[in-house]
Amino acid sequence: MRRPTMTKTAWIPRIGVLAIQGDYEAHAQALREAGAEAVLVRKAEQLAAIDGLVLPGGESTTFLKFLERDGFLGALREFVAGKPTFGTCAGCILLAEEVLHPAQESLGVLHASVERNAYGRQIDSSIQVADTALAGGPLEMVYIRAPRILKVSEDVRVLAERDGFPVLVEQGHLLAATFHPELSLDRRVHRYFVEQVLARRGDGTQKS
Amino acid sequence: MAEPMNNGSNGFLPSASTSLRLKTGLAEMLKGGVIMDVMSVEQARIAEQAGAVAVMALERVPAMIRAEGGVARMARPGLIKEIIGAVSIPVMAKARIGHFAEAQVLQHLGVDFIDESEVLTPADETHHIDKHAFTTPFVCGARDLGEALRRVAEGAAMIRTKGEAGTGDVVHAVKHMRQIVKDMRALTVLSEVELFAAAKEHRAPYELIRMVAKTGKLPVPNFSAGGIATPADAALMMQLGAEAVFVGSGIFMKERATPLDVELNAAGQFNNPAERAEAESRARAIVRATTHYQDPAIVAECSEECLGSMKGLAVSAIDESEMLQTRGW
Repeated sequence: MRRPTMTKTAWIPRIGVLAIQGDYEAHAQALREAGAEAVLVRKAEQLAAIDGLVLPGGESTTFLKFLERDGFLGALREFVAGKPTFGTCAGCILLAEEVLHPAQESLGVLHASVERNAYGRQIDSSIQVADTALAGGPLEMVYIRAPRILKVSEDVRVLAERDGFPVLVEQGHLLAATFHPELSLDRRVHRYFVEQVLARRGDGTQKS
Repeated sequence: MAEPMNNGSNGFLPSASTSLRLKTGLAEMLKGGVIMDVMSVEQARIAEQAGAVAVMALERVPAMIRAEGGVARMARPGLIKEIIGAVSIPVMAKARIGHFAEAQVLQHLGVDFIDESEVLTPADETHHIDKHAFTTPFVCGARDLGEALRRVAEGAAMIRTKGEAGTGDVVHAVKHMRQIVKDMRALTVLSEVELFAAAKEHRAPYELIRMVAKTGKLPVPNFSAGGIATPADAALMMQLGAEAVFVGSGIFMKERATPLDVELNAAGQFNNPAERAEAESRARAIVRATTHYQDPAIVAECSEECLGSMKGLAVSAIDESEMLQTRGW
């Protein structure tokens, strides 16, 4: 049983960032700025001590090879089935039910079909500004060799779009973005995730 | 030495131009990973399967260039295209120092990162490429902070130590990483006035010197290359402050000028299954040790899984004039 960090009445959630590879330090920093405690997760046993998890940007094939090799994949599947998880870019690919171009294994919890490197190569990376369902006006979105969410099921709520395709989506305890909010100064997406973790305190924490 | 320079993203991110943010953005995604030199589609597949975050497409790895001599140039476009078609991870390629026309060709081919590299024969004895003129990000080698910041001023989105490529001897990668980290740390205690003199000493732009003095780290990701050949070498460089590692000749070389035979024959079977397995084991082990660089038990396991290692060449036995690291200005 871990001790919750108490500051008067506020409870600070402890959120893990999968730190196999990628921009996990940028995510950890963004989570701290959004009011959470950030922990770098490199081993399956660390999942037991966190309230939520971020799957960062990086190379999804690298993540997968690593998870398969260390028997980490099973533990992670169990975690993302019930606990708040936020995937960006490669992390979004990892969460999706179906991955295309090329097809690859995934955690398969997000009811979406995702195409890798859908916008092209690095020269096609871009920074855009668009409206979202989050309060506070248009949001900057940094796309790096980004995937595209081709379609989602009815239980997935689309929070932002680019050219008619979803780029920020929510499904119950899951949040996913094809862009990199951690590379912008605007912390609204991370704050939104931290709020979801706070809101779910209680129903998720009972399982192991 | 626990993660002295590895915290958070780098200093350019909030205020820089869109182009520079996108360039360093890709470098951010490669952090904590291994970038492997490959000379064929099969080698690129082995790298991707092992969990490499990117491949560097080359005609000859540095160990072969060193052994064979001659003018080393950009790889054939045909080879680069084949490798781009074969893997889904980013593909990098090298251009000669100052050879902006080679860089234009590489950008046109769609490579994701260009390495303006001392491993190839320099094309300009005074000028490096104006990297701001490109959409494709560049990585450049450095031996000290001044050299690193001169490259950043020219538009590099990633710095790597030069080390001594193609040797399998990590000693100069260590020397260059320690030098860069030491130079940065020294700047953080200087007064505003002293920073002007520091800029002069390092022969680097004052604005960049000031930025490093404030943050204690480079304004772009800081990777390591040059002689990294084993899982423990990778763990060493990561503990010294590297944010990712490049591995060249260490994965696919047997002797100094002979690669392991990892290719397929006409029937689609391995020419030499034992050598294929050796290359795969080395690639996997170095990737895993790079993630778990702070965990000696796992690095030990990786070292054990690693079948064989490149023979190598001690840097101390190389004549100064034969060194690749002295190229670049």
